[in-house]
Amino acid sequence: MKVRILVAFKESVLDPQGQTVKNALHTLGYKKVKDVRQGKVFEIELENTDRTEAERLIPEIADRVLANPIIEKFTWEIIEV
Amino acid sequence: MKFGVVVFPGSNCDYDAFHVLQNVMSQEAVFLWHKDTDLKNVDCVVLPGGFSYGDYLRSGAIARFSPIMLEIKKFAHSGGLVLGICNGFQILLEAGLLPGAMLRNKKLKFLCQHVYIRIENNRTAFTKAGKKGQVLKIPIAHFDGNYYAQPELLAELENKKQIIFRYCDEKGRITEDANVNGSMHNIAGLINNDGNVLGMMPHPERASERILGSEDGRIIFQSMINYLEKKAGPEKKKRLPVTRAKASALPPLIGTF
Repeated sequence: MKVRILVAFKESVLDPQGQTVKNALHTLGYKKVKDVRQGKVFEIELENTDRTEAERLIPEIADRVLANPIIEKFTWEIIEV
Repeated sequence: MKFGVVVFPGSNCDYDAFHVLQNVMSQEAVFLWHKDTDLKNVDCVVLPGGFSYGDYLRSGAIARFSPIMLEIKKFAHSGGLVLGICNGFQILLEAGLLPGAMLRNKKLKFLCQHVYIRIENNRTAFTKAGKKGQVLKIPIAHFDGNYYAQPELLAELENKKQIIFRYCDEKGRITEDANVNGSMHNIAGLINNDGNVLGMMPHPERASERILGSEDGRIIFQSMINYLEKKAGPEKKKRLPVTRAKASALPPLIGTF
């Protein structure tokens, strides 16, 4: 099974990299871009794992390692069964 | 006293810290390898600056899972003195030994420059040799030094006087301009609730000899030595002879990454 985890700053945390990208897009004329948030993507392959086990495992991994819960949040999805 | 300087893959201020402790402060110093599980009976652990594990994932995020960190956690929880400098501070935050987190510097630049910091609380094991309000000139060198904490935590840190150093100007004024990396409340260094773990972004080991432009960093090392000597009692006072002439005689690194 393959899962994709997206880690990004919480709304309450300023994301200066996202802001810089937004400013660059505005300079290029993409005035409709209202906001940009930058994050990280992880693709993790799990061996012999069913959905129930992944639902237990992935949030644990994301919380302990991939994201720093003080400043970041995560979402995840199964992209390949 | 005996100081252990931890070496992670990517540490690059380990020799500087070792040099200052041994050759400037005349203390016994040993390297502690990240794969070690033995703290070699040290009185104090120093987590030096650098880019442990290439700063992969987040600064300090991987180092906290090193075998040595488990021992350092036990050491800290039993009251042992731990100093984290720069990347060492980031590791202490990731390891949960200090509260809060680091964000990228507000202007997205790696900052490598002398800054001024003010001693906010001198009633600690790390600052007692200094005065409250004293301004220290110590360099910084980091990308992720923009300290972040939730408002409730910030209030607690303020109330409990856990903020030890703040970025300031030459005269000790806490200004927005002096806050080069954008840290909340100008925080440059903070201590844990028990007062035995200090993390700071500026590098005192780079400001402990006159030839380097500042000796202010010695206040921190001297405070720690005084504290440890007092704790150990007079018979354990161990001072090595000053070995400035042999400053290059540092031990070679052991182990493989």
